[in-house]
Amino acid sequence: MTQMMTQTAPTEKPMRKLIEITNLTKVYGVGNVAVQALRGVNMTVEQGEFVAIMGSSGSGKSTLMNILGCLDRPTSGTYILDGEDVSRLSKNQLASVRNKKIGFVFQSYNLLPRFTAVKNVTLPMLYNGYARKSDKERTERAVTMLGSVGLGDRGRHKPNELSGGQQQRVAIARALVNTPSIILADEPTGNLDTRSSMEIIDLLHQLHEQGTTLVMVTHEVDIASRAGRVIYLQDGQIVSDRMDASRTAAAYGHTDGSVG
Amino acid sequence: MSLLRTFGIAWEGLALNKVRSFLTMLGLIIGVAAVIIMMAVSHGAEAEVADQINSLGANLIMIQPAFSRGGVSRQAGPPAMLKFGDIATIQQKVTGISGVSAEQNTTQIVKVGSVTLEDISIVGTTAGFMAVREYGVAQGRFITDADNDNANVAAVLGSTIAQQLFGNATAVGQTVKIGSTKFTVVGVMAAKGTVGNTDYDSRIYIPIKTVFKKFVSSRFRRDVVGMVYVSAQSKDTMASVKSQLTTLVMQILKTTSDSPGFQLTTQDSIITMRTSTTATFRNLLAWVAGVSLIVGGIGIMNIMLVSVTERTREIGLRQALGARPRDVQFQFLLEAVALSLMGGLVGVLAGVGGSYLFNKFGSMRTEVVWSSVPLAFGAAAAVGIFFGYYPATKAAQLDPIEALRHE
Repeated sequence: MTQMMTQTAPTEKPMRKLIEITNLTKVYGVGNVAVQALRGVNMTVEQGEFVAIMGSSGSGKSTLMNILGCLDRPTSGTYILDGEDVSRLSKNQLASVRNKKIGFVFQSYNLLPRFTAVKNVTLPMLYNGYARKSDKERTERAVTMLGSVGLGDRGRHKPNELSGGQQQRVAIARALVNTPSIILADEPTGNLDTRSSMEIIDLLHQLHEQGTTLVMVTHEVDIASRAGRVIYLQDGQIVSDRMDASRTAAAYGHTDGSVG
Repeated sequence: MSLLRTFGIAWEGLALNKVRSFLTMLGLIIGVAAVIIMMAVSHGAEAEVADQINSLGANLIMIQPAFSRGGVSRQAGPPAMLKFGDIATIQQKVTGISGVSAEQNTTQIVKVGSVTLEDISIVGTTAGFMAVREYGVAQGRFITDADNDNANVAAVLGSTIAQQLFGNATAVGQTVKIGSTKFTVVGVMAAKGTVGNTDYDSRIYIPIKTVFKKFVSSRFRRDVVGMVYVSAQSKDTMASVKSQLTTLVMQILKTTSDSPGFQLTTQDSIITMRTSTTATFRNLLAWVAGVSLIVGGIGIMNIMLVSVTERTREIGLRQALGARPRDVQFQFLLEAVALSLMGGLVGVLAGVGGSYLFNKFGSMRTEVVWSSVPLAFGAAAAVGIFFGYYPATKAAQLDPIEALRHE
């Protein structure tokens, strides 16, 4: 695992602002049918932080994640990612930012079923500078990444030959392969049983301890409590931002099992 | 992304649905194969005609009487025609020729014992015939100058005629009755087959002077020849021989170039005529090709649209991982092109294979036109790009968030 340590632990280094969001709004539709999904969100994520975003259905957390992931653009406000204002970039530029700076982990893994684990992990490399490298170099890199998530012996397996937890590990390896600035995990344990959930959250925590910046959407308090910081969203606004997940959840009446 | 890499991705997409990909390509395969086979058939037919015409004799020029365009308006009486004596004049005066021969034909009833053959072409000709027409005897000898000088009743039989009259018995030395005259068979021709509309093996050759003597009733036309054959020494002297002949024959016939009264025909002009006939056939083929390529293209567009819908989630994922709209567009466009090129390749193989099979087991002679192969590939690729563009653009315009949510 040591070979993937590209950043030092956050405590040993002066904090750097990786995400800086100012007065972010997002409106869907126009006129009478307009829906305001985000109503002026301000938020900063330092390098090396592990942030959980919670909130009930319709709170705007999915919209926020989409904007954080550069899949969507805000209606107003600014989003500075790793020193670059990405709130007004074109589709092509956003694609490049996603490729280089963001690693996605999805609830449903989103692995391509016809590809082996190794090929799934090589996928992001096809769309960046690695495309100029040889197949062999890319494969070696993918195998290394799979090793670092504990799947060194499963590279040749296809997704349907792997357990849910293993599939999510492949997805995490894929998210890490381009050494992104930040990992965005959207309900990463949503489809997993308790034991696999714990393994995945342990892995994410491990990454955090190695210096990776993580933002995770979840509705499970015990999962959120593993993050160092919990942001609670309600009606498109941040209503709580503190370091203790259980108290946050309790304060807003969040119960386990509610659908996010 | 590199082209090769994208092609690899496209290939994987196709390999996923082998049967479906094949069925999609089928229209294109049939179209391309049909075009190649039909072009091979038409080219083969053309080559066969050319071969046959060349087998009439190399560098052959035919001089035929021609009626002036305005009918008989210009001249009183029958048109002037070449006479037997003119053959010697041509032989002497025209340089660069290797032989001259003439023909005057008649149709007669031929009898041997109880066997009667009706409507047999009797060709009166000269000793030069064999050299000019590159045609030989299988048994006995051909007509000689002496036969002509004496107007001998000597006959050389075509191979089919010999078979019909005498079976497997020796024909040479036997007697045949042509019209009311008895002839002695002096030779049997080698088999030559049918060229154009003429079955060379069903003719009988006799001295031209014997035709004049026995079969021409009009006293005024006793030495008029129907057709004169001149063979040039080589392809290079053809043009010179033609122009010399034109001048000389006009002199002999006392005509002008306005209405020369004869026409010169070469194998080239016959081939050109035949080619223009096959050009019509070719145009028809081009339509068949066009229609099948369009139908094949629509099939490809259809399957690509299905593929885009099926793989919406994959498209969303690729976009999330950093694929730009044009990467997605390129991927699907290449998939369509790969599909159509595969169809083209299989079509070419089927077409070439089919052509060989036709040649080997069919009664048709086929010659694969190799220039049609890159043409077929180019057309297939163009079809792929044209009909793949819309589905690919549709894929590229998908919103990554919507696409990722797609079930």
